[in-house]
Amino acid sequence: MNPCDQTIHELQDLLARGEISAVELTRSYLERIDALDPTVGAYLTLARESALEQAAEADRRRSAGDAPSLCGIPLAIKDVLCTKGLRTTCGSRILENFIPPYDATVIEKLKTAGAVILGKVSMDEFAMGSSNENCAFGTPRNPWSLEHVCGGSSGGSGAAVAAGLCAGSLGSDTGGSIRQPASYCGVVGLKPTYGRVSRYGLVAYASSLDQVGPLTRDVTDCAILLQAISGFDPRDSTSIDRPTPDYRAALGQGGAGLTVGVPREYFGDGLDPEVERAVRQGIDALAAAGARIVDISLPHSAYGVAAYYIIAPAEASSNLSRFDGVRYGLRDLEADSLIDMFQRTRAQGFGPEVKRRIIIGAFALSSGYYDAYYKKASQVRTLIVEDFRRAFAECDVIAAPVTPTPAWRLGERLHDPLSMYLSDILTIPANLAGLPGMSLPCGFSSAGLPIGLQLMANHFAEETLLRAAFAVEQELALERRTPPL
Amino acid sequence: MKISPAEVRHAARLARLELDEEEVASLTPQLDQILAYIDKLNELDTTDTPPTTHALEVVNAFREDEVRPSIDRQIALANAPRTDGEAFVVPRVI
Repeated sequence: MNPCDQTIHELQDLLARGEISAVELTRSYLERIDALDPTVGAYLTLARESALEQAAEADRRRSAGDAPSLCGIPLAIKDVLCTKGLRTTCGSRILENFIPPYDATVIEKLKTAGAVILGKVSMDEFAMGSSNENCAFGTPRNPWSLEHVCGGSSGGSGAAVAAGLCAGSLGSDTGGSIRQPASYCGVVGLKPTYGRVSRYGLVAYASSLDQVGPLTRDVTDCAILLQAISGFDPRDSTSIDRPTPDYRAALGQGGAGLTVGVPREYFGDGLDPEVERAVRQGIDALAAAGARIVDISLPHSAYGVAAYYIIAPAEASSNLSRFDGVRYGLRDLEADSLIDMFQRTRAQGFGPEVKRRIIIGAFALSSGYYDAYYKKASQVRTLIVEDFRRAFAECDVIAAPVTPTPAWRLGERLHDPLSMYLSDILTIPANLAGLPGMSLPCGFSSAGLPIGLQLMANHFAEETLLRAAFAVEQELALERRTPPL
Repeated sequence: MKISPAEVRHAARLARLELDEEEVASLTPQLDQILAYIDKLNELDTTDTPPTTHALEVVNAFREDEVRPSIDRQIALANAPRTDGEAFVVPRVI
């Protein structure tokens, strides 16, 4: 079997038994990337040399008896996380040549755990998008069907994991950007609780919503990567200081004793019947694993998108003001006044979706409109938070679809921003409430496109989330398919 | 109309973003459609609802103000479009 089709936990065993070295494994991935990535388009920057050096170092550490959890495991990183000495573009012209002088905390943690960084993978510009078509450097394809989107904004991560172009990946999720591409690409993705994982070195989009999390081939791998990146970081003032549990230990506890809430609002009009069927099978699997299934209501769910598209652009308009051509990135060198330089640099550096959101945000925060838009959206956010608080008094886990439909065709929603925004309707509420959420495969459409089951749990209940996800994975026992590449 | 071309130009100016007339013409109806959708929020009575800015109780995170090494000047300048070797250089302000 090709090692590139193995899970992280299987590779850990192969490496531990000496059946493969980290250098051999890394070479296998580089060969696979050379062969398939011209078709998939997941990578923006390949770190060939440093990956092989890190692999050689991993082999040395292992032979010296020091093999940490990810020793020699090749990973791909969404291009929104700063990697020291390795170009970090955020999918934007404005950062096309940016070489970070430091590693994000999560990257430091992966390196300490012995991981090999294969390269940086594609994303919608500044993580704004749901199809990865907003990347300034090309659009990755869905490995299951090259005419379909891979999802976004962590589309490169989803595509790379699905196509076996890395053993696992880190993405970021502000309104569904880990869970949605995980669903469209048939992999596992987890957005942790707000504050669980450090965001130091994550290029900020909407700071009250952003979280870093793993995309992997199975639930066990997801627990392994989450373990490696979780924990308090004094360099991130929103990081929460509480101990990290042993996530892998939570996996085998089964479904008995869990109450799973099924929110009726997530199964309304516009839900594709094939998605509904697969998601219901996932919920049946939880019941078969011993969980009690209850009907719940999250009455304000339908308002999530409207609240999000004020709050996120408002925060983005502030966060993205740092891209001004002064200290790094693109600059219009012709401008002869400072203000002109700012305005022209940003006009040339940002793509259409980023401009759209910056302007929505600046407008919503502007004098005379603040109360009508930003304050109103923040109040509706409270109603959504309260919905979940009531729901988690009745259940431990919420099970729902990730998206109303499977992946759509490339270009289909590109010129209709609102229809693109509405595809995030089922993932946004977890971000607004800061809750952990997950997507895991629960079936395929008749066209052969993957469908994901979304699970959500209470703040810092990632153990419960992973336990339920593992129970579904075991119970469904989906045949291990590889994309037809 | 939720937003006019003049308001789009004003918001762009606030955001220090130059837009050409073609962009104003295409953005205005798109933003208008998005803001019309956002009007949905007004279906809800939020008179007595406090706003949420962070979903978790995040209190000010204080730490000791200790002197620690920071990024070396040459490294900090390495990504800059224009420098004089010691500082970032920008067009004259006054």
